[in-house]
Amino acid sequence: MTTLQRQEKNPIAHLSSGDIESLGRELDAIRQQVLDSRGERDADYIRSVIDFQRKLELGSRAVLLFSLFPPAWLAGTAGLSVAKIVENMEIGHNVMHGQWDWMRDNKIHSTTWEWDNASPSDMWKHSHNEIHHTYTNVVGKDEDLGYGIMRVDEDQRWMLFYLAQPLWNFINACFFQYGIAAYDLKIGKYLKGKTDKEEFRIQAKGVLAKIRRQMTKDYVLHPLLSGPSAVTTLTANMTANLVRNLWTHSVIMCGHFPEGVQTYEKKSIDGETRGEWYLRQMLGSANISGSRLLHFMTGNLSFQIEHHLFPDLPSNRYQEIAPKVQELFERYGLTYVSGPMVKQVGSAWKKVFRLSLPNDALRKATAAVNPMNIVQIVFPSESTEVDVEAA
Amino acid sequence: MTTTAPRATPMGTLRNRFLQLAERITTPLVPADYLDIIDPLRSGTELRGRIVAIHPETRDAVSLVIKPSRGWRPHTPGQYIRIGVDVDGVRQWRAYSLTSDTDQADGCIAITVKAIPGGKVSNHLVRRATVGTIIQLDHAAGEFTLPVVVPAKILFVTAGSGITPVMGMLRNMAEHTDVVVVHSAPTPDDVIFAGELRMMASRGRIRLIEKHTDTDGMLSSTELTDLVSDLSERETWACGPTGMLDALEQHWNDNGMPERLNTERFRPTVVTAGEGGTVTFSKSATAVETPGDRTLLDAGEAAGVLMPSGCRMGICFGCVAPLRQGTVRDLRNGDITTAAPGDGVKIQTCISAAAGTCDIDL
Repeated sequence: MTTLQRQEKNPIAHLSSGDIESLGRELDAIRQQVLDSRGERDADYIRSVIDFQRKLELGSRAVLLFSLFPPAWLAGTAGLSVAKIVENMEIGHNVMHGQWDWMRDNKIHSTTWEWDNASPSDMWKHSHNEIHHTYTNVVGKDEDLGYGIMRVDEDQRWMLFYLAQPLWNFINACFFQYGIAAYDLKIGKYLKGKTDKEEFRIQAKGVLAKIRRQMTKDYVLHPLLSGPSAVTTLTANMTANLVRNLWTHSVIMCGHFPEGVQTYEKKSIDGETRGEWYLRQMLGSANISGSRLLHFMTGNLSFQIEHHLFPDLPSNRYQEIAPKVQELFERYGLTYVSGPMVKQVGSAWKKVFRLSLPNDALRKATAAVNPMNIVQIVFPSESTEVDVEAA
Repeated sequence: MTTTAPRATPMGTLRNRFLQLAERITTPLVPADYLDIIDPLRSGTELRGRIVAIHPETRDAVSLVIKPSRGWRPHTPGQYIRIGVDVDGVRQWRAYSLTSDTDQADGCIAITVKAIPGGKVSNHLVRRATVGTIIQLDHAAGEFTLPVVVPAKILFVTAGSGITPVMGMLRNMAEHTDVVVVHSAPTPDDVIFAGELRMMASRGRIRLIEKHTDTDGMLSSTELTDLVSDLSERETWACGPTGMLDALEQHWNDNGMPERLNTERFRPTVVTAGEGGTVTFSKSATAVETPGDRTLLDAGEAAGVLMPSGCRMGICFGCVAPLRQGTVRDLRNGDITTAAPGDGVKIQTCISAAAGTCDIDL
């Protein structure tokens, strides 16, 4: 297994293949404990979340019928933003993962769920569940890494385009749901002529139809229903979608971007065992620490590590197994990357900025203005060669 | 639109337009998803019911009175319904005979359930179900019913909970019919509807022969002939365990009157999981013998079935397909999943192997 980021030392060098397999067995046991106790309590949880979300959405949209009145605009927009976040994260994302398929309720099932997002669920399930979760953090395979528009690793060749990647990332955050739809569609590959044109055409049609339905609802019908409040309802709905986009983008950046998260080379996963797959998920994800409310609002993706280990376990259980997983990390001498949201978002953004420049550009720039280095450049001495070797 | 389509009425068109608009407002959900929050039993929804009363019948049997949603179509006595009830969070479907009057003023129906040892759903319904719970329903079905012209002389042979469809018929039957009921139960206390049956008997409405098998032993066909002297003159309906029905069918066949016997067989609920089996992919009309360590996905692909697939390791749910009936084993932890006809349990084919005969809807 090769990690791509510039590591001082290999974080798994101390583990033998036997260790990795026993780690896998311990994780299997944690999974089995949850499966054995999964039942009515969990079913009640997801049903009450769905019930809460629908009532909140209905209520917020009802309040927005009077959005001309500023307090109504504020309350309605806040409510709708929360409803949209919960719908996408704690409900949509997790239901489509099959976390609730075991209930055998056709209405809460990965095969039937459609979510309030530009990307149609079928397409998203393929690119997210199959590609991202199987090939997590494998550069060139996992398209969640940088979404194909950003340089996310030192070993990725720098191009002038990446200079503006903080801007690309910000734009992507604002229009995140369309960004997701675009990369679920693999527009990048299409532009390079690497996809079947007919297949792309059919998929693009599906995406456009979905976007049209979504836009008609939020930007035409609900404003029209508001009568005199049409314009303010329109701005409220736009704001709610923007808030949802920014929030989900931030949460998702925290999952795989912060410093300390490992990325992998394509050839490093050839013949990967179950234990090695688990290990890649452990080191390729990062958690967000915080309150219960934060965990709920992130759809429990704040337990990104637990989610990546067990993507099909009910989301309400991640919090419960987190201490056991963390204990495993400690026992096997691995780093459980976790931090408060502000810190993790900051860390991820820092990386976006850092990698927008060529490798070592900052160090070289700093080095260039360091008086000692200038002296050495001007008066090369024997010690220079030693420095070069040490570097 | 094609020319063969029925001409839409102006009201119908208006209604459709309205529904379309409502759907555009609620997309990606449908209006029903929101209406369900307000009234889960309204008309136009899929069939559901609310448990409005639970009456104990014996120490291990109860009658559940259910208020069905507005789409309910009246049943014929003797028929059963499939109900979907959440046990430990998992929706399970089972069939139970309807035992209620067909013309209840409040529109309620009733089923009677006997807890069978190890029975997941029956034990839940008998011991844990609560009034107010919403359950899923299917329309009534079954051929175990009386003909439109009710025969003048009838014999019912029942055992255990086999009395339930018969009670459905008795409660809805004209007073003057000549009816004999031969019912077997382990002890007098185990007789479901004991009070009502004995009352009917004392009022001369039926002739009741109770057989308490713990003391009297099992009912044999010769004994039945002795108990009911005019057996050959009676149209017979029998419901009970397989052994009893087999014996009765044998007797009626031997006496050259198989058409005069109507039977209702309980579905066997205990499944023993084996290793491997015949897997049928019904839509592809393909069947393959599969060993117990081979995934259904591999088996299907090898047989040329167009199988949906994804990660092939159980995480992406891209391979999910309905198991129409049969038993499969999760190769990761040995968990067994069983589907009865009509269940359509969705399973992940990439980590499931046959644990018996399976029918996959692909």
